Amino acid sequence: MTQPNRLNSGGRIDRDQPMQFEFNGRRYSGFQGDTLASAMLANGVDLVGRSFKYGRRRGIVAAGAEEPNAILQLGATEATQVPNVRATQQELFDGLVAQPTSGWPSLNTDALGMVGKVFGSLLPPGFYYKTFMFPRFGWKLYEKYIRKAAGFGRSPRAEDVDQYDHLNQHADVLIVGAGAAGLAAALSAARSGARVILADEQSEMGGSLLHSRDLMGGKPATQWVADTLAELAGRDNVLLLPRSTVNGYHDHNFLTIHERRTDHIADRAPEGMSRQRLHRVRARWVVLATGAHERPLVFANNDLPGCMLASAVSTYLNRYAVAPGNKLVLMTANDYAYRTAFDWQDAGRDVVAIVDSRADVSGHYQEEAKRRGIAVLLGHGVIEARGSKKVTGAVVASLNADGSAVAGASRTLSCDLIASSGGWSPVVHLSAHTGSRPVWNDDVLGFVPGETLQQMKTAGAVKGSYDLVACLRDGAEQGAEAAKLAGFDATPATTPEVDSWPEAKAMALYSIPHTQPNSRAPKQFVDLQNDVTAAAIELATREGFESIEHVKRYTAMGFGTDQGKLGNINGMAIAAKSLGQSIPDTGTTIFRPNYTPVTFGAVVGRHCGELFEPERYTAMHDWHVQHGAEFENVGQWKRPWYYPKAGETMQQALDRECLATRESIGILDASTLGKIDIQGKDAREFIGRIYTNAWAKLAVGKCRYGLMCHEDGMVFDDGVTSCLGENHFLMTTTTGGAAGVLEWLELYHQTEWPELEVFMNTVTDHWATMTIAGPNARKLLAELCDDIDLDKDSFKFMDWRQGTVAGVPARVFRISFTGELSYEINVQANYGLHVWEKLFEHGEKYNLTPYGTESMHILRAEKGFIIAGQDTDGSVHPYDLNHGWAVKEDKPFSFIGKRGMKREDCVREGRKQLVGLKTKDPKVVLPEGAQAVDDPKQPLPMAMLGHVTSSYYSANLGRSIAMGLIKDGLNRNGDTIYYPLSNGQVVEAEICSTIFLDPKGDRQNV
Amino acid sequence: MFYIHCPYCDEHREEEEFHAKGQAHIARPLDPDACTDEEWGNFLYFRANPRGIHHELWVHAAGCRKFFNITRDTQTYAILETYRLGEQPSVTSQS
Amino acid sequence: MSDTFTAVMDQLPTADVLARSPLYQHSALRGDGLQLQENALATQLVIRGNTDDASFVQGVAKATGLALPGNLQSEANNDWRLRWIAPDEWLLTGPANAAFTMETALRENLSGHYAVINVSGGQTLVRLSGANARAVLMKSCPYDVHDRNFPAGKVVSTVFAKSQAIISRLGDDEWELVVRRSFADYIWRWLVDAGQEFGLSEHA
Repeated sequence: MTQPNRLNSGGRIDRDQPMQFEFNGRRYSGFQGDTLASAMLANGVDLVGRSFKYGRRRGIVAAGAEEPNAILQLGATEATQVPNVRATQQELFDGLVAQPTSGWPSLNTDALGMVGKVFGSLLPPGFYYKTFMFPRFGWKLYEKYIRKAAGFGRSPRAEDVDQYDHLNQHADVLIVGAGAAGLAAALSAARSGARVILADEQSEMGGSLLHSRDLMGGKPATQWVADTLAELAGRDNVLLLPRSTVNGYHDHNFLTIHERRTDHIADRAPEGMSRQRLHRVRARWVVLATGAHERPLVFANNDLPGCMLASAVSTYLNRYAVAPGNKLVLMTANDYAYRTAFDWQDAGRDVVAIVDSRADVSGHYQEEAKRRGIAVLLGHGVIEARGSKKVTGAVVASLNADGSAVAGASRTLSCDLIASSGGWSPVVHLSAHTGSRPVWNDDVLGFVPGETLQQMKTAGAVKGSYDLVACLRDGAEQGAEAAKLAGFDATPATTPEVDSWPEAKAMALYSIPHTQPNSRAPKQFVDLQNDVTAAAIELATREGFESIEHVKRYTAMGFGTDQGKLGNINGMAIAAKSLGQSIPDTGTTIFRPNYTPVTFGAVVGRHCGELFEPERYTAMHDWHVQHGAEFENVGQWKRPWYYPKAGETMQQALDRECLATRESIGILDASTLGKIDIQGKDAREFIGRIYTNAWAKLAVGKCRYGLMCHEDGMVFDDGVTSCLGENHFLMTTTTGGAAGVLEWLELYHQTEWPELEVFMNTVTDHWATMTIAGPNARKLLAELCDDIDLDKDSFKFMDWRQGTVAGVPARVFRISFTGELSYEINVQANYGLHVWEKLFEHGEKYNLTPYGTESMHILRAEKGFIIAGQDTDGSVHPYDLNHGWAVKEDKPFSFIGKRGMKREDCVREGRKQLVGLKTKDPKVVLPEGAQAVDDPKQPLPMAMLGHVTSSYYSANLGRSIAMGLIKDGLNRNGDTIYYPLSNGQVVEAEICSTIFLDPKGDRQNV
Repeated sequence: MFYIHCPYCDEHREEEEFHAKGQAHIARPLDPDACTDEEWGNFLYFRANPRGIHHELWVHAAGCRKFFNITRDTQTYAILETYRLGEQPSVTSQS
Repeated sequence: MSDTFTAVMDQLPTADVLARSPLYQHSALRGDGLQLQENALATQLVIRGNTDDASFVQGVAKATGLALPGNLQSEANNDWRLRWIAPDEWLLTGPANAAFTMETALRENLSGHYAVINVSGGQTLVRLSGANARAVLMKSCPYDVHDRNFPAGKVVSTVFAKSQAIISRLGDDEWELVVRRSFADYIWRWLVDAGQEFGLSEHA
């Protein structure tokens, strides 16, 4: 297979390792060492996509992250699809499959050109507002086509087969960019012994030195790169991260690096290796050596395939041995770009002319051009590219002194490549991420990093210093300085001498005038990715958008994955000119993370699938799984929800579980309830301040229910606390509230009452808790426990005892959340499963039935027991719950919540209060959340009384039951209210007591 | 992602280890029952929202479980100091 | 001793009862420069107290044979390891089935304001060793586990595998995690996943 644009020698490719790849359904070949872009250019692939808005043909422009057009869809299979990949950043591998991402219906036909032309007229700048927002139905109409035509790829429809991961890194000095300055910085920092990370987005470190033909210390630049990297790689205090883009610079020197570990190897990552890795780096000092992007010049039809950046042409020639054409016209406003013409000529290709916008310039570069016999047109510009499918000619004309107008007749030069250089734009993106606004520098003709807000240094071209010697020296100094500031004894590394010619002053030029005004001239593109033209920016300013941030949003310049890498400065210059002000007055937009697109896979890392969220298990979890439990998530806990038997519906299972519990005995795994061990001589006092009720007289061996309120008087947690010793209590909390309650206790102890002698620690996980409830609970317990007197008069309701259950030391609490005779058995969790299984061995004859959280909810609702967080919502105080019995007003200390409950709003009449609800039709179960009204026929909006908080079907009662908040509900016993539902049905219900079963509590006291 | 010095562990730790608990130095009235509704309301609900220096209460939730204070610039997010409970800030909006 | 003030309880079964540690279903795993195993059923006691109180410092030393370690440090002998958790909190771990004896010994030697809490059932120890253990830790927690920041003997309570752990470095390539029982299975799965690239498996 031929590669028509491949040079016979040179470059950093390995001609002995040919590779096959596919683009847009056609097969091509390239070499090891190619990027996808260089291989495409080698094969003469001019067309890589269609433009976003106008459907114009686009080719490769750049050689790095700033590439606006060659944004491709990668992947040989559906599961390995990756959108938004820049061909310039993707290394070639054998078998690579790429598709264009824009260009429906097909890249090679001009059908979209037609669509583009039609839509183009519909899509002036501001089309988001004008076309899609008005009329409102417009967006739906166009979206389908626009998205399809304009998208930069699609997400895969199959699950990603690869894995991605995260690695937490720490560095004394993180150096971003491994060009001349970055490498020199790394040397200085590394030699000091500091922990250094050097990250570079390219496959090879070296930056522009990889295509430089400068001699460093008498040797090729690539030799210096190799020597430097060899030294760095040999140090164990240095981590080299090639193929790793530092994408975000966040607070307190936290940076994220997106490393592509295997994207260069194959379509899929090798077994056991993550495809991409996100490094989360905390760096003490950062050195930004991010370099600069060359700025193209804006001229008419500058988007034709065959218009490229000058430095990109040199990169393709020198690094990849690819000459993307034959006849070059080079347009420049500076000396540096002359090198591209020299490189081109040395590759045996024809330089048609160097078109230099500067009228009055002479120096080494111009002399060298003359020596080489290259025509130089001073004071000229390329005002228009010619060609239908790709460049066939360049229209040149002389310009006036400041380049603002065409000054003479134009003529057309025949060529197939127009390279342009308007100078360089420092890559200030990461610096801008820190919140630092870039500042304009007239000497640099670009924005440089502004005020330094973090522990950051900058080195080299990012500061607008483009001389290689200066970059090396600056890098060495900044690297040493950063290491010093990080506490290391560092000196700047010595850097080699470089023979280079002094450069004449560059001209401030951004867009080339045309013989026609911009609005009538062929389109002059500023932002190729977002299809923003010079005329569009001028239109925006004419329409009154004066702030550059507004111009950006109106035109979409610098949007999305582009982040204005190529176009921003030119766009701002055009806006400034149009507004009649300077570029610094116009200002710049701010760049945001990420610098280049990051895959969702890398963002997600291992936080997906089975590992997405921690799952907490009790000691009896395996038993629940084996016995077919359906699980409910309660916080991070997996709690058995119910245990369906074969063929049972959920309701049937619940009915069975609830009936069995009240008829004989049920068992609940209650291990998830929060348990806090409280010790100290002031433990009792402390608890009394936290809970609303009285604790002064609770004797050892006794348990008591308590309500916990916030300072505003609203209930936020509840539970039973037991007195284990005079100075020792065990507090239980709701499952979801455990961590929050412990933090709440610590907050008050540490900030308000440090003088109280009390220590609190969680013992939630230490104890396995199983609750046996039902008339046969005592009988069952007696079979397994012979050292506790279970007699109802000696081991009473709300007592606890220590003893041995199934051979295991246990604390048994006679407390009940079902209203049944109930024992909560606590054993050290390592023995939980043993005791649980023994209970079943002995419980079979009593039809011991495991029940889950749903039956627990039903059984407690039958008794009117509340669940904090379900029947309360942070706006309900104890009196609203009719729990005034749990508030001890006359405690000596003004407990938390006491004052809050006395606020005017808390003591007014007509507050929402918790009541029981019985539907008129006992079969109808009210939906939780339904709103009550007095008169369902009243006009909208209806006056609402409150909502249903808990609602179930109770098999024990043979009817539905519910609890809810009702305005003034405690004074409305017996009233009928109505619940109009969203389906139009109106449910009639009667207000009643919340205690539906056994109001005297006989069952739990037996 | 803040990097926070815990004054009890005496080390910088990642923000993930901490919980923010709001404005610092808000003392519970010693006699809540004697507070007017307005005084109680001020204690309960009213908080400063300065642009610049702010003193905040944090807890080292995944570490030593100790509460402590942070002086933070709400504009730059720079943490200017951390100090233990009972101590006073050395950096204030007046200083 | 158990008195009317604090409830001290021998929680170990007298009969022959099968104990299941939090990770009883997971056997030790090996990989390339990586080993992972549970150190099951260790005794674990939380000790709370004030280091300004000389009797507290001396009492702990007498009962455990170990000096109270300072910030982020640990002290160990053949049986016991005492870890600093907070300015007023330490975690003592040691041989299985010794909680009651040790708690009793501590209480006999301590007085005033202190607390001892048996948490042996509530957490477990996971041993992570080998040259690649550090890489697994770097995948799991944001704390800097580099030699310079985390020498042997150091103890750090931090976020770990989306939950929490107390990480101790026992030696060059020896690390120990204290994880809560309920999270143990998840953390184990996380570690196995992180060890995948080092071929972590039962039979390696």
